[in-house]
Amino acid sequence: MNILLFLAPVSVALALVGLAAFFWTVRSGQYDDPTGDAARILNDQLDDHPD
Amino acid sequence: MTVLEADLSGFLGHEATGSATLELLVPAARCAACMAKIERGLVALPDVRQARLNLTTHKLSVVFEGRTGDPALIVHTLDNLGYRATLFDPAEARAAQDLEGRRLALALGVAGFGVGNVMMFSVPVWAGLFGQELEPATRTLMYWLSAIVATPCALYAGMTFFRSAWSSLKRGRANMDVPISIGVLLTLAVSFSETLQGGRHAYFDAAVSLLFLLLIGRWLDHKLRAKAQGAARDLLALQAPIAHRLDAQGLEHGVPVADVAVGDRLAVAPGQLVPVDGYVQAGASLLDNALITGETAPASVGPGSRIYAGALNLDGRLVMRAAARSENSAVAAIARLMEAGSQSKSAYVRMADRAASIYVPVVHSLALGTFIGGWLLGLGAREALLRAAAVLIITCPCALGLAVPAVQIAASGRLFRKRVLVKSGAALERLAEVDHVVFDKTGVLTEGRPELIHAPDGAVASAAPLARASRHPLAQALAREAGPGRVADDVKESPGVGVAGWIDGRHARLGRAAFLDVPAEVSTETELWFAFDGETPARLIFADSLRPDAHQAVAALNARRISVEVLSGDVAEAVEHAALAAGIKHWRAGLTPIQKAEAIDELKAAGRKTLMVGDGLNDAAALARAHASMAPSAAVDASQNAADLVFEGDDLMAVVDAIDVARAARRRALENFGFSALYNLLAAPAAIFGLINPFIAAIAMSGSSLVVTLNALRMNWEARR
Repeated sequence: MNILLFLAPVSVALALVGLAAFFWTVRSGQYDDPTGDAARILNDQLDDHPD
Repeated sequence: MTVLEADLSGFLGHEATGSATLELLVPAARCAACMAKIERGLVALPDVRQARLNLTTHKLSVVFEGRTGDPALIVHTLDNLGYRATLFDPAEARAAQDLEGRRLALALGVAGFGVGNVMMFSVPVWAGLFGQELEPATRTLMYWLSAIVATPCALYAGMTFFRSAWSSLKRGRANMDVPISIGVLLTLAVSFSETLQGGRHAYFDAAVSLLFLLLIGRWLDHKLRAKAQGAARDLLALQAPIAHRLDAQGLEHGVPVADVAVGDRLAVAPGQLVPVDGYVQAGASLLDNALITGETAPASVGPGSRIYAGALNLDGRLVMRAAARSENSAVAAIARLMEAGSQSKSAYVRMADRAASIYVPVVHSLALGTFIGGWLLGLGAREALLRAAAVLIITCPCALGLAVPAVQIAASGRLFRKRVLVKSGAALERLAEVDHVVFDKTGVLTEGRPELIHAPDGAVASAAPLARASRHPLAQALAREAGPGRVADDVKESPGVGVAGWIDGRHARLGRAAFLDVPAEVSTETELWFAFDGETPARLIFADSLRPDAHQAVAALNARRISVEVLSGDVAEAVEHAALAAGIKHWRAGLTPIQKAEAIDELKAAGRKTLMVGDGLNDAAALARAHASMAPSAAVDASQNAADLVFEGDDLMAVVDAIDVARAARRRALENFGFSALYNLLAAPAAIFGLINPFIAAIAMSGSSLVVTLNALRMNWEARR
């Protein structure tokens, strides 16, 4: 049972990393142009860095 | 383009680093190839550091190398690439940033994180409820872990609701957010006390999943408003609110209309709108006041004439002196009426809040009754409080909070595809209640431009070469009628009076009666005269033609038991003609903007729910005061701002479609309310008699939300069939 005390925090911490990544994507405006970004990643001539 | 000749530095904004920035709207850029072409084309310019096109909003942001840049060069380069671009006022561009949307997305993300991770600890607890082996100590450990994850998430994600509930309570009213906030906070408190005592009934997961589901509703509602407001702003930007200010040397500088100061000298070229109220200093021309007064006949102006913002300059260059700033230009009385109208609209109580005003007292007294009753019947304070909390949790308005936004986002998506913009969910609710429609005539019932309706035989063909040489709207209507062909030689145009020139070696004149020395008769019709020198002049009569589907739209409204009326500022004959042609029996002519607004108020006093459809500045007050309002996208700024819905395109049937969709949306929303009521009728007794455990609460809550969302999506499935 003691393994729970180790695994539960680890899994929450991993999820927190995901949440932090989500915060970064929202704050850097990565949901502002879904149509354009879908095209940018496929075309080498376009600037595909987030703003 | 005249815009390119002027200095446009008023449209530049600045980055934090000091570099100049520019925002433009490029409506035609719709594919990845356009994006590559535009961005590479602009970055190739020496001054431009960065160019980035947003394919979703069609907005282009340009960052210059230095502290200044040349907007005209950008517009010109885009023009050469084949894209027409419109400049955005820097203040408007800042207002367009969707900060509220980001806040909601973050709250939704946090709630989602909370729900997902709390479930990890909830599932073992649920298993314990069904006889699986779970020591009380382990259960309490699971609850503590839930509490650590759920409490900060619920507090962060719930801020939107807590703030709104608090401000509503301060005004002595209870909106939907009050029971939500009380439910969430009480659930957390009870769960903590249960966990401390090692009890079985902690609902940390319910508190977060409730917020998660409700935030989906909030986020949908916000997306709807943001999308419509953005689109409305773009429509306004397309009207290019640029004023041409003259400096001391007489050079033109393009400036945002908002920057015009009283006393500025402004140039107004033919084909442009008068930017602000003022007086003519030099030049003579004809002004089309249709947007302001609803009159179709152009008015001639010369030095000293008072002119109003929104008038279209038809044929001569005018130099004017501004007599009012842009925000004061729309006649003060109209502005005051509009303000009063929008106040009365914000007093409208939305469906969800009306439902909440019944729901809140019922549920809260039920919870209180459960607590007191349970205690008196000997359940003990702890068990009684638990049951009361269960009532609040299980009946907490998940389905109610999603019932309306989910339907309205589906409905407005459907209207958006028909090119009708809905500005808010409340607008759809008001539109569904409409039982009387008031049309403006010019530009709504009619196309707002003259068409030739009568001419003597052969006159059209003879006069066409002269008409093609003129920019006057009547001459252009004549040229449209005649089709393409040759143009008269050596044409001289006297602004606002007529054109003279040579056709096949004969001198001819086309213009007003006085221009051809015809004795002026009193006539209500819009007319032109044409003659070769020495011949009898021929009379050409014009009228503003009806929209092709006006009759069909009026018939469709009548079939829906909606009465129709015309209120117009134009002369009686013209209004009667248009009303009868469209099949409308009731009409009033010669109304001032104030009288129009009063007519709307009379209808309101008589208990009618009126939809006003108008486009002119003279309609703006009526639009703001009507129960619901629509404006075509060709309308003046003030009217588009005042209207609840804006429709693009030439079809008046858009009005009928919008009413149909709004009514369907109301039916769906009422069905959802009905379902929620039924759900609560079953769930509340179960909670009172202590039949709810954390597992049942989780299933019931997400199940009911899923049902209302799927019912809302039926709006779209019906549209596809």
